[in-house]
Amino acid sequence: MSTLTELIKKSDTLIGDERPSANALEHEAIYIIREVAAQFEKPVLLFSGGKDSITLVRLAQKAFWPAKIPFPLMHIDTGHNFPETIEFRDKLVEELGVELIVRNVQDSIDEGKVVEETGKYASRNMLQTTTLLDAIEEFKFDACIGGARRDEEKARAKERIFSVRDDFGQWDEKNQRPELFDMLNGEIEIGQNVRVFPISNWTELDVWSYIQKENIEIPSIYFAHKRNIFLRDGLIWSAEDEVVFRAEDEQVEERMVRFRTVGDMSCTAAVESYADTIDKVVAEIRDSRISERGARIDDKRSEAAMEKRKQQGYF
Amino acid sequence: MEVLKLATAGSVDDGKSTLIGRLLYDTKSMTDDKLEAIERTSKQKGYDYLDFSLATDGLVAEREQGITIDVAHIYFSTPSKSYIIADTPGHVEYTRNMVTGASTSQASIILIDARKGVIEQTHRHFFINNLLRIKDVIVAINKMDLVDFSEETYNKIKADFEELMKKREYQDQTITFIPVSALKGDNVVNRSEHMSWYKGQTLLEHLEELDQKDIYNTGTPRFPVQYVIRPKTDDFHDFRGFSGKVYGGELSVGDEVIVLPSMTRSTIKDIYFYDKKYQTAPRRSSVTITLEDEVNVSRGDMLVKVGDLPTVDKQLTATISWMDGASFIPGGKYVLQHGVNKVLAKVDAIEHKINPDYSGIEENVSALQMNDIAKVRFRLNKPIFYDKFKNHRTNGSFILIDSRTNNTAGVGFIE
Repeated sequence: MSTLTELIKKSDTLIGDERPSANALEHEAIYIIREVAAQFEKPVLLFSGGKDSITLVRLAQKAFWPAKIPFPLMHIDTGHNFPETIEFRDKLVEELGVELIVRNVQDSIDEGKVVEETGKYASRNMLQTTTLLDAIEEFKFDACIGGARRDEEKARAKERIFSVRDDFGQWDEKNQRPELFDMLNGEIEIGQNVRVFPISNWTELDVWSYIQKENIEIPSIYFAHKRNIFLRDGLIWSAEDEVVFRAEDEQVEERMVRFRTVGDMSCTAAVESYADTIDKVVAEIRDSRISERGARIDDKRSEAAMEKRKQQGYF
Repeated sequence: MEVLKLATAGSVDDGKSTLIGRLLYDTKSMTDDKLEAIERTSKQKGYDYLDFSLATDGLVAEREQGITIDVAHIYFSTPSKSYIIADTPGHVEYTRNMVTGASTSQASIILIDARKGVIEQTHRHFFINNLLRIKDVIVAINKMDLVDFSEETYNKIKADFEELMKKREYQDQTITFIPVSALKGDNVVNRSEHMSWYKGQTLLEHLEELDQKDIYNTGTPRFPVQYVIRPKTDDFHDFRGFSGKVYGGELSVGDEVIVLPSMTRSTIKDIYFYDKKYQTAPRRSSVTITLEDEVNVSRGDMLVKVGDLPTVDKQLTATISWMDGASFIPGGKYVLQHGVNKVLAKVDAIEHKINPDYSGIEENVSALQMNDIAKVRFRLNKPIFYDKFKNHRTNGSFILIDSRTNNTAGVGFIE
């Protein structure tokens, strides 16, 4: 507990510049997050430990300061996370003093609700949907805040900021509510829920520049490091864990790599990189000729891969 | 970095997607993997040019039918600006998407096929851009390569469009004509080698120079309270902050304000953004404000400056754009969402329907269908605090929600 003098000292140092940040995207995202807290009874922030959800957490802190974030975080754990991400998650939650809910894809598998994929491209990415929908029902969440961005993928580009899902978690892409000016319509029936995307209008570079400017801590795998890897289909896969299937003829070698996205390990490839600081990462993204999801095998399954997953309730 | 939101409007086959693709391609915003995917699919379909619409038509149904159904958002940037394009479909039946896309945009591009000239659809596109009071409109006369880059054709279309401009209500709209070939890349990013008669800017040059900063700064700040922050912690025991976004002007510490609807007077004590205090909250900043006095304020209330009151009324007249499958009828009841404030609204009367192609009005209309635009009188169960749309974009607009389906069924512009 702070003493009065400490408090006075603290408030002295609080005085900032004449005007707050001119980042229009940041003000827009904070507005959206506040609308969620005001319009819904049981919101939750979906937290994967990736840079987009870490950015969301910072924005939520800003939206409600000096109060705590008024909703819990939830991690749908595929069990195939990079260990660095989990360590990071637990540390962050402790600092924030917010509740963390974890639901495991492994449990859905054990309960027989989903069947583990097999073969060379086996991934738990698709299986997350079932675990997520079950958790929404379990906690009766009416709004799930997520870090998806419209620039990631062309089906995402069609997504609303408040995106209504029916009882089955499904996205009716041809019948979406129009969104006009700043007005967000969060009216729903019981059983429906809304997926909310506050950083819809951010690009990958916007997120990285924000992390740089705000000096936000992120998991170490985003920075260049030495890793045992193998090559398949021109992509670089981690060979350090059992999670990614590796055929016997796929040779392991050591390279300097980093990850641009941190999804399920089984579908997230690394990129060759020497960017070991945030400044170098921002510079690398600025000059990159490959899109962020170019290293995500889940999108390469077909041209409509993302749209199909979303219709089924995928985040 | 400055963000410019742009809407595009064009009829089927005017080459809207191609134009966007060209902007992305020539600004090197399209990454290699996306470009390869377009090359692959274009080849598969047997086209002898790159079909950039494949990059923007994100839904299966769109690619199957070769048309754009829903608003898509596309992002690209130059060293000086970030651009967000709301790509809106041009079909007659999709007026609602055009209104939607234009509502969040600061500038817009209307495409015209140089072979067809100004057609009925062009009237609609212009009407909607003018209704939404988009400050900067660019008329891109496309497919110039198919009319031998003819100056005469360009001048004819320009003259026809200028004829149309005489009918507009919002006269201050800036309109710029640019002859382009999106397919060949003339005057989009790079200057055309085929149209030496055109001395103006390329499309991108023009966009780069648009200064949007103060366009919507009307000097009339409105602060609708979104959320009340009460931390109830030891450090901030008595903290009561009102958070929201500032519209139409700016607010500063020391400003005398009135809280609506209670009409209580107070003074702005502090302006917070995250954990720091600031002197001024600029237009469109999401801040938290504390007041000098203990005032009862809750969500939906509004802070305004003393001597600068909006209209506080339970009745209003508005031009509405109807967007729902169920028809809109006199006597019908809707939830009216004005900013973050929700009230119940009853339709008093439909005064007249406005044909969005400038062909006049229709009186004695018994109902409105999807894509209709009309002047309507409403009665509300509680007063709202509004400005006229022509004076205040955000505080002069509302949406109508059908409480049976919860759908956003229409949008209104207050008169």
